[in-house]
Amino acid sequence: MTGDLWPTVWVFVLASFIGLGVIRKVSRLLHTPLMSLTNAISAIAVVGAILVTGGDYPLTIRMLGAVALFASMANIVSGFLITDRMLRMFKTDSKEHR
Amino acid sequence: MFHALSQIAYIVASALFILALHWMNTPATARKGVYAGVAGTTIAVLVTWAEPSVIHHWWIVGAIALGFVVGIPLSQVPLTAVPQRTALSHAFGGIAAGLVGTAEYYLRLGDGPEWLTPFRMIALIAEILLGYLTFTGSLMAAGKLQEVKWVPQRPVTYPGQNFVNGLLFASAIFLAGIIAANPTASWAPYVFPIIIVLALAFGVLLIIPIGGADMPTVIAILNSYAGLSAVAMGFVLDSKLLITAGALDGSSGLILAIIMCKAMNRSFTNVLFGAFGQVQQAQASGEQKQYKSETPEGAAQVLEQSSFVVIIPGYGMAVAQAQHKVRELYDQLKKRGITVKFAIHPVAGRMPGHMNVLLAEADIPYTDLVEMDDINHDMPQADVALVVGANDVVNPAARTDKSSPIYGMPIIEADKARTIFAIKRSKNPGFAGIDNELYFSDRTWMLFGDAKVVIGELVKELSGGSGMH
Repeated sequence: MTGDLWPTVWVFVLASFIGLGVIRKVSRLLHTPLMSLTNAISAIAVVGAILVTGGDYPLTIRMLGAVALFASMANIVSGFLITDRMLRMFKTDSKEHR
Repeated sequence: MFHALSQIAYIVASALFILALHWMNTPATARKGVYAGVAGTTIAVLVTWAEPSVIHHWWIVGAIALGFVVGIPLSQVPLTAVPQRTALSHAFGGIAAGLVGTAEYYLRLGDGPEWLTPFRMIALIAEILLGYLTFTGSLMAAGKLQEVKWVPQRPVTYPGQNFVNGLLFASAIFLAGIIAANPTASWAPYVFPIIIVLALAFGVLLIIPIGGADMPTVIAILNSYAGLSAVAMGFVLDSKLLITAGALDGSSGLILAIIMCKAMNRSFTNVLFGAFGQVQQAQASGEQKQYKSETPEGAAQVLEQSSFVVIIPGYGMAVAQAQHKVRELYDQLKKRGITVKFAIHPVAGRMPGHMNVLLAEADIPYTDLVEMDDINHDMPQADVALVVGANDVVNPAARTDKSSPIYGMPIIEADKARTIFAIKRSKNPGFAGIDNELYFSDRTWMLFGDAKVVIGELVKELSGGSGMH
């Protein structure tokens, strides 16, 4: 099984470099929406919660999973919605409004 | 077959996440980024749900439904409350990682050391440490930002604080080490909860000495921790999707934290362990310098005769919800052909980018929001610098006074403008508790009062009263 370990470390290191490269170019105007977006994306931990909640496991284990699933899902929903809500407000021209 | 399909789906989801962040590089494409993120998440959730090992579907439906019930109202908070919402979502991310880690450990205890390899145990412990400390730390941060009664706003410090924190952290690491070496020992299931409690306590203790002015950095750091706890979960579950998404979140938090630290000329360790608030008792009320105050009528006249106005917003604008009134002022000035720019300091407000979002909400075009480094060249040409609830970010002491706690911090050079108007709620010093020399300059006039009311009066003078004087 230890053979499996290294590919995951590789993925982590490469993904971090991609992350640093991509995030550095994000417009400073958008740092608040960036934070809510990355928050929603990292709530992909929901997949771990689904496996624990839905598996054939003892009740207490599944309950821990269900709370985690709820918390991640709340992050996904609110994270994407509020990011979009904020981004809709960024406009170049003010004349088209009221 | 299913394995191959699910791997392809996860690869697609990872690619969508990277694209989502890539599209955030300009406001023009940013919304596309949200759609990519939603698509990636939906694919990953559905594919995981379809795993043959997942059999309790109603549990999942229930938890997801509850997530929507809580998530939708959380996305509708006023934009001034976005910092606390963000902190709260870090807490949610932390607790999710912590709970999944806890469940995994007790679940795999029966599988023995073949499954609980040292590598998995280290990852698992990292997951719960980061998860639980992010949980309580972010709750504390959210409480401070929301100004909840029982959470102290001012930094709480006591002698030996860093020693106590260090000791606590060292004990958690020590226990983590022995449990990682003996994951299935008979005492291990009882030591595990102690690590959880230590992590929870450490999260609280880490945040209580930190003041409001440092919140942007702290939120960014907690963001990074939440991401790293997802990475650790990915190591435990051997999920490359989780590792990728967590690494993106972790590096984003890290970059934001570095930007915030640079904007305050401070180091990570100084923010986390420096306890900003305690430094200034000495010169709080030394000499009796005099403020000059001005009436809205007078200020409106000066504004009217200027050709270039720079507005410098700060946390005070958010507190007073003054962004819509600022927009009316912007309109009034624009109508007279006056150039109006907003000077945005990276740490203005309580989280990275806070001011931009508030001003965008008020329909101010983002092309008029200018970063500190770009606006400072133009400050000497500005006829008026209007400071709206900003304080430390325009304090010239950062340039001149070596004894000041903010010495060396880059500032918006409002003091170089021909005339400075500063709107301030009260005569008390700002959040960091430091006197601001700018207010005593001979070119500065103070407009005391709530930012929303004062700007409302300026707008009234400019719109109706212009003929009366």
